[in-house]
Amino acid sequence: MDYQKILADYVEMPGGLIEAFHAIQAELSYLPEEAIIQAAQVFGIPAAQAYGVATFYSMFSVKPRGKFVIRICESAPCHIAGAAKVVAALEKELGINMGGSTPDGLFTLEFTECVGQCQAAPVITINGKPYTDVSPEKISGILEPYRKNI
Amino acid sequence: MAEEMRLVLRNLGKIDPLKIDDYLAAGGFNSLKKALGMNKSDLIQEIKDSKLRGRGGAGFNCGSKWNFAAQAQADQKYVICNADEGEPGTYKDRLILENDPHALLEGMAICAHAIGASQGFIYCRGEYPAAAEILKEAIAQAKDKGVLGDFDVEVRLGAGAYVCGEETALIESIEGKPGEPRIKPPFPPVSGLWGKPTIVNNVETFVNIPLILEKGAAWYAAIGSPSYPGTKVLTLSGDVVHKTFFEVPTTTTVREVIYGLGGGLTAGKQLKAVQIGGTSGAFIPADQLDTAIGFDELSAIGAVLGSGAVFVLNESRDLADVTARIAKFFAHESCGKCTPCREGTARMSDILDKINNGQGKAADLALLSRLGRVMSCSSFCGLGQAAPSPLMSALKHFPADYEARLN
Ligand SMILES: Cc1cc2nc3c(=O)[nH]c(=O)nc-3n(C[C@H](O)[C@H](O)[C@H](O)COP(=O)(O)O)c2cc1C
Ligand code: SF4
Ligand code: FES
Repeated sequence: MDYQKILADYVEMPGGLIEAFHAIQAELSYLPEEAIIQAAQVFGIPAAQAYGVATFYSMFSVKPRGKFVIRICESAPCHIAGAAKVVAALEKELGINMGGSTPDGLFTLEFTECVGQCQAAPVITINGKPYTDVSPEKISGILEPYRKNI
Repeated sequence: MAEEMRLVLRNLGKIDPLKIDDYLAAGGFNSLKKALGMNKSDLIQEIKDSKLRGRGGAGFNCGSKWNFAAQAQADQKYVICNADEGEPGTYKDRLILENDPHALLEGMAICAHAIGASQGFIYCRGEYPAAAEILKEAIAQAKDKGVLGDFDVEVRLGAGAYVCGEETALIESIEGKPGEPRIKPPFPPVSGLWGKPTIVNNVETFVNIPLILEKGAAWYAAIGSPSYPGTKVLTLSGDVVHKTFFEVPTTTTVREVIYGLGGGLTAGKQLKAVQIGGTSGAFIPADQLDTAIGFDELSAIGAVLGSGAVFVLNESRDLADVTARIAKFFAHESCGKCTPCREGTARMSDILDKINNGQGKAADLALLSRLGRVMSCSSFCGLGQAAPSPLMSALKHFPADYEARLN
């Protein structure tokens, strides 16, 4: 992957490191070490500082993730609406635990805090797209289009 | 019975947010034109006279804040919209961003004129990619039409950190750094983004501005509670029938919100507690439901208006379980800069887990109370100061939920 090409769009943007990281993640789902080092050079900051940014924010990952990142909201309104059941159903459906990725590189399961869709809890997001009123029964239907999209 | 009053949400469902012509046809940008023709101090006086207070939680007088930035001498000043909305149970800013982005741009442009800024930023939380796209399109259309004059606005995306809603942490984040709060003073209106005078206001605050200029400060000041006039957008979640949003004057009581607009509790259950203001707010017991949803009225009973989230719990809910989940939220979101919050939120979460596992002793409850006091008075920023508040209020009003689990 040519990180320089992505980074070039943000060089002139003051404070653009976070925007650049978003752009890299949009391609790769995570921030490889080499991308962080190159970003630090482009923005003229120590690599440690760029790594500090990459690890501060919960939406950035320095570990490889699946193509589709499934995040399950566990904030209080989703918690009392049964988020734990959704977690159990997703783990079972994908055969992985929270924090893990499927061996085919398609899915990763993560917790998130409130994503602002509390009118219809519990809520999950897949690459940022929200799914509301989720129940264990709905899981396989929600995943189906992503499974086809390899 | 309580009725809705849609001021902030005036255009929701009535205009196509992606068509600036719709907004213009509804009278949009007339207030900006009016503001540009006004003397800056008169403009700020008008906002002060409206008594508009910030909708982001702290309730600071908006006109007074603008005045600090207007007085500051600098070659560059900035206007920032806080669209980080991380408070669990809250989605009122998302409603505005997705349905009326131009009203936000107009409010920001009026602020820019008042303080003498030419550059603005909208810091939109990373969890709202759809809203960010709508904002970018709205900005492009506004530029195309030339309605914003020489005021330039850029959208910056957050990346999943609740603390970045705190205005100085937000500024750090726009500067491309980890979102750790700065020491205050200096406050942002004096020294903010890249050290320049900066106004940070909430989405809902900005959207009130065009309306105040259109209808006049006196009109606005007469709506709702005199000390916090206007309306508040509320988002209802939990065990309530109508899990949706309502905009009401700030004199509406919590009871009217839950049992009137909200349709009461689901499954005919009784109310146990309601948490207002989001996950950092206090729990209110049933006998305080006649409190108005105003800033000072809620403060007077030890609660907060905060973001306007209304989280309803029925009689079957266990506060020990709910506050343990909330404690985990704070342990996760603490930025780690200061010890009382970094260590305190983790210990609070651990002790609550221990109690919930049936391993807790009476001494643990005393320890939690003491820890909460220490955190609220010694944490560096509002996150650590407010983190104990849900637990402290639950221990006060619902001690039985905790005592029942002690070993
Ligand atoms: C931990 C923490 C989180 C906050 N989150 C938000 C937020 O998501 N949105 C917001 O507008 N204000 C938030 N605030 C308040 C801001 O610091 C600031 O007071 C506000 O943006 C000012 O705007 P206003 O005067 O229009 O309310 C937060 C404060 C703290 C301490
Ligand atoms: S109170 Fe918490 S969030 Fe705020 S500076 Fe301290 S550690 Fe960070
Ligand atoms: S609490 Fe889960 S989306 Fe808001």
